Amino acid sequence: MNALLEAQGLSLRFGRVRALDDVAIAIWPGEVLAVVGESGSGKSTLLRVLSGQQRPEAGIIRFDGTDIHEAGEAALRRLSRTDWGFVHQNPRDGLRMAISAGGNIGERLMSNGARHYGDIRAQAKDWLARVEIDPARIDELPRNFSGGMQQRLQIARTLVTRPRLVFMDEPTGGLDVSVQAKLLDMLRALARDLSLAIIIVTHDIAAARLLAHRIVVMRHGQVVEEGLTDRVLDDPQHPYTQLLVSSVLAA
Amino acid sequence: MEAGYNFAYLDEATKRMIRRAILKAVAIPGHQIPFGAREMPLPYGWGTGGIQVTASIIGPADTLKVIDQGADDTTNAISIRRFFARVADVATTERTEDASIIQTRHRIPEAPLREDQILVYQVPMPEPLFRLEPRIAETKRMHALADYGLMHTKLYEDIARLGRIGTAYNYPVMVNERYLMSPSPIPAFDNPKMDRMPALQLFGAGREKRIYAVPPYTPVRSLDFEDHPFRAIRAPHACTLCNSTASYLDEVVTDDQGGRVYVCSDTDFCRTEQERAA
Repeated sequence: MNALLEAQGLSLRFGRVRALDDVAIAIWPGEVLAVVGESGSGKSTLLRVLSGQQRPEAGIIRFDGTDIHEAGEAALRRLSRTDWGFVHQNPRDGLRMAISAGGNIGERLMSNGARHYGDIRAQAKDWLARVEIDPARIDELPRNFSGGMQQRLQIARTLVTRPRLVFMDEPTGGLDVSVQAKLLDMLRALARDLSLAIIIVTHDIAAARLLAHRIVVMRHGQVVEEGLTDRVLDDPQHPYTQLLVSSVLAA
Repeated sequence: MEAGYNFAYLDEATKRMIRRAILKAVAIPGHQIPFGAREMPLPYGWGTGGIQVTASIIGPADTLKVIDQGADDTTNAISIRRFFARVADVATTERTEDASIIQTRHRIPEAPLREDQILVYQVPMPEPLFRLEPRIAETKRMHALADYGLMHTKLYEDIARLGRIGTAYNYPVMVNERYLMSPSPIPAFDNPKMDRMPALQLFGAGREKRIYAVPPYTPVRSLDFEDHPFRAIRAPHACTLCNSTASYLDEVVTDDQGGRVYVCSDTDFCRTEQERAA
């Protein structure tokens, strides 16, 4: 089986800071990959580079075997509104706050050429139900929703076009723990049902253990350790991973 | 002709620059072309864009008609008509059939236009995605990539809230199945007239410094949904003066007792209809 997304030799500097230093990463279809590391380790930059929002100074990113920057910006945009999804940490960055929940979900469908109001609305209702939001609230604005609901709405809006690969930047950040648990549970079920590949950036080791099949540990823009989730968390090899795992607070 | 002015007010170099923008606009239907708009002797919002386009295409043999909301006898229409009579010494008319150039604000004449006529629109805001996407650089990118899902999201919101598309004027159109275009604030009623019109349509936005065009016989489609098709909205009355049931009507309040009449907004059409009936 070939990798869905594959990157090699990614490098990017911000002034004297090496945000990415010769990073290689690959994700296979249906796999959930967690990227962990402390703040400033380059994990969010990695996500932006992988999803084509920022060009690396060196390195190549292949999706389905083709270089994502080769075919030009139009092709990249088409990719990011069909086969890809991006879930932001702050739902306000991923949602249109002045547009109703139904419109938010429908936007991606309409960007892909859906022109039947009834169909769009039926799909929006279906997805609201799947992310456990009452479909009767389809015409409400996202700002009337709680933080957890906004995050679930953002996920529904992203998944409505059935992407094959979803990038998530700290999707549970800023939510309280019970809401986090519910969201993680829902994500796990959706990933399984739709056989999604997910690259999830997080500093929450517990969330990574719950969701991810594989973990990549980053520090100072480099990948310091990589492996199956349980292996990395139960038997960390790199001193930095050992520190990271031992710093998790037990309840 | 008024002494001391070049023909049609603008100097020849400026007219050539504007004509170049017009040619480019005609070559790429619906695409907005930037141009170096000049200060004109009337305020922004009064038709500085339209007047510059008219000044660049008008010749001594042309006959000019100017309408504002369909009417020939409003302040804006009269001043612009008088302006060109003074600085270009051209013939002016109020009759649509007699005009070779028609400068308009917010209406398309009811009488069908011909191949030998040019319709010049005054445009306050050329960007159809304005209000939806505040970044001009981003709207340019959306046009370049034909990424127009956002505009449909706006129409979706209208139907979700009002049960129908609530846009009654400045209704967005797709030109030649490529560029999303603002038709300037004409009523949606006039949108179907733009489709495959035999006359050349030129759009000038003076403050925003943009020119765009729809060449003759170019398909112009109003955006809609398959199950909520575009409908041209018209007040369900007959004109009080000419009894027309086909023309676009203005509602005029006649007293403070709730009295009102509906009259054609196109004054030339209304007069022609009255003459025909008499």
